[in-house]
Amino acid sequence: MTDVALGTTPAPLPAPPPDGPLWPRLKVNRNWLGFWFMLPAAAFLILFLAYPLGLGVWLSFTDTRIGRSGAFIGLENYEWLWDDTVFWLSVFNTLLYTIVASAVKFAIGLYLALLLNENLPFKAMLRAIVLIPFIVPTVLSAIAFWWLFDSQFSIISWSLRQLGLISGNINFLGDVWNARWSVIFANIWRGVPFVAITLLAGLQTVSPSLYEAAIIDGASRWQIFRRITYPMLTPIIAVVMTFSVLFTFTDFQLIWVLTRGGPVNATQLMATLSYQRAILGGQLGEGAAIATAMIPFLLAAILISWFGLQRRKWQQGENNE
Amino acid sequence: MTELTRRTLVHGGTALAAATALTGPALMDWAKAWAQTAPWKPEKDAQLSMLRWKYFVQSEDDAFVKLMDAFTQATGVKVTIARESYEDVQPKASVAANTGAGPDLFWGLYSLPHLFPQKCVDMTDVADYLGKKYGGWVDSAVKYGKSGDKWIAVPICYSGNLMNYRVSHMQKAGFSKFPTTTDEFLEYAKATKKNGNPGGFALGHASGDGNGWIYWCLWAHGGQHVDKNDKVVINSPETEKALNYAKALYENMVPGVASWNDAFNNKAFLANEISWTNNGISIYVAANNDPTKKDIAADMNHAYMPVGPVGKPTELHLMYPILAMTHTKYPQASKALIAFMLEAQQFNPWIEAAKGYLTHCLNAYDANPVWTADPKRTVYRDVAKRSLTAGGEGSVGEKAAAAIADFVLLDMFASFCTGREDAKSAMRIAERQLSRIYRAS
Repeated sequence: MTDVALGTTPAPLPAPPPDGPLWPRLKVNRNWLGFWFMLPAAAFLILFLAYPLGLGVWLSFTDTRIGRSGAFIGLENYEWLWDDTVFWLSVFNTLLYTIVASAVKFAIGLYLALLLNENLPFKAMLRAIVLIPFIVPTVLSAIAFWWLFDSQFSIISWSLRQLGLISGNINFLGDVWNARWSVIFANIWRGVPFVAITLLAGLQTVSPSLYEAAIIDGASRWQIFRRITYPMLTPIIAVVMTFSVLFTFTDFQLIWVLTRGGPVNATQLMATLSYQRAILGGQLGEGAAIATAMIPFLLAAILISWFGLQRRKWQQGENNE
Repeated sequence: MTELTRRTLVHGGTALAAATALTGPALMDWAKAWAQTAPWKPEKDAQLSMLRWKYFVQSEDDAFVKLMDAFTQATGVKVTIARESYEDVQPKASVAANTGAGPDLFWGLYSLPHLFPQKCVDMTDVADYLGKKYGGWVDSAVKYGKSGDKWIAVPICYSGNLMNYRVSHMQKAGFSKFPTTTDEFLEYAKATKKNGNPGGFALGHASGDGNGWIYWCLWAHGGQHVDKNDKVVINSPETEKALNYAKALYENMVPGVASWNDAFNNKAFLANEISWTNNGISIYVAANNDPTKKDIAADMNHAYMPVGPVGKPTELHLMYPILAMTHTKYPQASKALIAFMLEAQQFNPWIEAAKGYLTHCLNAYDANPVWTADPKRTVYRDVAKRSLTAGGEGSVGEKAAAAIADFVLLDMFASFCTGREDAKSAMRIAERQLSRIYRAS
């Protein structure tokens, strides 16, 4: 412990006799011990992550139905999906949902984080309030939105009617584009606190001395944000946006409660379509293929945010290229 | 299937009369005597768990719990009941079938057992016993219950999906009785809309009400999604006629039906927002139970779905079959429980408590007073006899189950009615999906 605390190199383990018996040599072998220490974590990852993922990919190459195992059919599920208009509609919906919701969540989240980082009265309480949408279980908030967006009983429609701004109810979830914007709005409402609070945590790690130096040099607020805050935040932005994109791309509960993918599949996401085909329709192979088709998109999203936002090597103590 | 003869009906009627005389301790004595003589003897220390669809009528569930308690007292078999929204029973049953673990009994929707027929305990002896004793099974129940020559589930009951309408709105629209043909019904929809009392059918992913009306509409115009040999025949002039009819209706419905799931029409009807829809009797029961909605209950009634150009009823009602999984350690106890549920002494009070929400599949139960005590319930008595199956002319197996679960036809109607696709491409898309589902496996 002392070594670690002092930041010095740990004392080397006593060297085993080079040609002694195997067990005494293994007992002090760092690689051998390291292997055993890593084994529980590796077993956990293999059992609960790699195996289900591998099984899902394998299922996508079979015609498995619920209740009976299937035969290997190669790429047939993918060939079928390639010409399936509902599948491509779900890809479009998922991308639209993810891109719009993530971008807006980032913009509002960053804005809120900057506001909450100021010295406001009741700062702690405000921060707690911002977290509320994130604390409420997704299904509950989805049910609340379900009533807000109801074609007959929406309080939004009712209020606008009372104000004389509209004559009939707004068809929030019955019209293709209204439904898309409605579910995106609900997702943004739910996701903003996660982005805001995480970015706020990032903001608080920025050293005040940097801001003081900038102010002495006469920097404007925009220059301070652009040259200090934003660059210092990029690592945390990369992490938070990666998670945000992943959560949004794989969203299920909100859509399922609000629209079940309707109207006419206008809000059908890849996750909901996969569930509908695999579990409700019994076509496990096809559902697995839809779920597997999400992987390249997810990998691309991770790589973009990781390499795009983490390219500044100086943050790790090196010069920018 | 048991032949329906005068003898079987008389036999069933006698059993029914005997049952109505039993109450309280006498009923318990009967239950114990039944357990002694029943052909199925529960295994030692048997315990059963059942996942059932979540009730819509509270009194039905109360009576159901009482029935389960009576079974426990008579046989010593404890029954644990879990309830899920009826749409969620299927995914859970599917997972149980795949993993070989989970509840012993699943009581779900439509052709659920046909999704995994080889995972269902053979119920032929139970179905034969009940059929012989209670006047035989209705045709559609036999289709739902059997896979090949074997009963893989026991059809407990139907939930009728019929027209619910406001009587005063009907009169205001110039009709003295609810339309009996599709042509009249379209005029009715136009007239009620014109009067500011539109109705509505669910066009969202509503498993019960949505599928209920679009299958009726397709069949009423002579359309079928597959023929007798399960060959896909959805792309047809008859389907196009059905689509055009549905669109004409849609244009005269309340706005927003494309977003409706199963619960929407109930709340819209009870809030005076719509004057007609298709539903079980739950709207009427809810209106009767709520002192503020008594006027709606008094002003509403029920009718059969109108008959289309094919000239005969083409209704699709919700079937609730119960199945026992082959992974159960207690198949005999499972069979005993299912038989017990449908014995007159138990079943009669139960369907009475359901107030018309559940309709029997055994002919003898036509005589239950629940159907005549309130004339507004009477049409629901006949839904089992009038119902077609989810497979249409084709088989009612896992393919039909997959087609209905994947909303293939509902999406076809919705995409055409909302103007997203023209008739030809809506049919082509459905045809492609159905060809995949019905491909030889």
